[in-house]
Amino acid sequence: MFSDLIQYYLENTSKYWSYVATHITISLVVTVFAILIGIPLGIVCAKLPKLSGIITGTVNALRIIPSLALMVLMVPLIGIGRFPATIVLIIITLPPILINTITGFLSVKDSIRETAIGMGMSAKQVFLEVEFPLALPLIAAGIRTAVVEVVATTAIASYIGAGGLGVLVSSGIGYGRVFITLLGGGSIAVISIAADLLLEGVQNILTKRMGLVE
Amino acid sequence: MKDKNIPAIEFNHVYKCFPGMKTDAVNDITMDIYDGEFITILGSSGCGKTTLLKMVNRLYDYTGGDIRFYGKSIKEINEVDHRRNIGYVVQAGGLFPHKTVRDNIATVPKLLKWDKKRIETRVDELLDTIGLDAEDYRNRYPRSLSGGQQQRVGIARALAADPNVLLMDEPFGAIDAITRTALQAEVQRLQEKTKKTILFVTHDIQEAFKLGSRVIIMHEGKLQQYDTPDKIMLHPANEFVSKLVSADDPIVRMKVISLGAIMEKVHGDIDAQGIFKSETSPVEETLPIFLKDRSKVIYVENAAGEIAGMVSWNQIANIV
Repeated sequence: MFSDLIQYYLENTSKYWSYVATHITISLVVTVFAILIGIPLGIVCAKLPKLSGIITGTVNALRIIPSLALMVLMVPLIGIGRFPATIVLIIITLPPILINTITGFLSVKDSIRETAIGMGMSAKQVFLEVEFPLALPLIAAGIRTAVVEVVATTAIASYIGAGGLGVLVSSGIGYGRVFITLLGGGSIAVISIAADLLLEGVQNILTKRMGLVE
Repeated sequence: MKDKNIPAIEFNHVYKCFPGMKTDAVNDITMDIYDGEFITILGSSGCGKTTLLKMVNRLYDYTGGDIRFYGKSIKEINEVDHRRNIGYVVQAGGLFPHKTVRDNIATVPKLLKWDKKRIETRVDELLDTIGLDAEDYRNRYPRSLSGGQQQRVGIARALAADPNVLLMDEPFGAIDAITRTALQAEVQRLQEKTKKTILFVTHDIQEAFKLGSRVIIMHEGKLQQYDTPDKIMLHPANEFVSKLVSADDPIVRMKVISLGAIMEKVHGDIDAQGIFKSETSPVEETLPIFLKDRSKVIYVENAAGEIAGMVSWNQIANIV
């Protein structure tokens, strides 16, 4: 089987790498958008507890639906292809970033906030100098979870025509050629682990530089 | 700014009622605090002492009356500028955990946009003042400091921009007794040296009496008494104060009441020979002397080293 795999790879090298490229591109785009939406939304939720219930409730409800089911459900609404897949993946990736941002901001002690105000910081300075840096390690942890999740879930997105390594997984199953599935699945696992390790490093540097661990 | 006749802080019928509360947290407080005074605010939790303090730097806005800062109503001053003019120290230092010792101390100078060199010099100067080696501690994070060191840095941070007034909210509440005694002595020394006006909230009676040149006693939002430790101990304003400070307890009285308050005043030059004590010394310091020989006379000196009065066993017996 291993020799089949090698042979398949040698015959389809450029196709394989284009799948890898697509997979990473989708994952990156989704992560960037999830960060751009999740962090501001999380900050708003942390500042307005009334709104927080509604937003986190909605996001969590969407999360209960299995990823594949959600994608299929979205097809009649936004069709198939890379764009709708990206939208669905953003929805799926949002919760860890959103929830960690909220938790990060809520974990900043009121006494610290009050001290900052008492020393003469403006609201903007309290946010930039105190609240955000203190929330950052938790936000980074959320992003890390989200990235691992998005790399894995992007595989499923190939069912609605997003492309990427998921194509190998499903076609391997379709043709009854397990080694192709193995190549796709293994590659996804490697990308996941690599991304996780990279982000762990970033997270460590971040918390250490902030003096939050010794 | 420093007109001796204008109080540093002036409370004029100040009320504070928190939304949804039936009773006032602070109820009709009127008092003056002058430049260079070390005022302690004493009371049990929930008596309004912290509320009183936080109204001075507008963390809370009063709901009635007015507070004047060097003659100007604090509602007429930009609140952010006003706070930068006041040093603020909270329990356990309240340091920013993600900032180094240097950056913590530099907080207000940075807000005031001092240039970098001036900030560096000031930080090192302050570390020296609080007895921490600048080379060693400048780049450390609060986490790696002991509780006492954190509190020292907290005080340095409050002093950074050299404010006239310091607000201290139970700064030593979470610190062990030995370190607390050392920190109290340091704050006292600092105040004597710099003549800052200090408002210091505490629930520790000994601390209030030891540090305060005058003590504010609060209960249920109301001012019970505002006077020197001697006067409070000798003439408590009411039953509550008397009980709180154990004004009936001879041991406590001897610890708090100073020789200056009970001495027989003498005028003019006298050629005194014998035992000398400072007028700020507590009565208890004379006890070992009188226990050996009740006929002794102790001469009391004022801050200038002149003889201000005499104390004999009779005066001691009168107050215990």
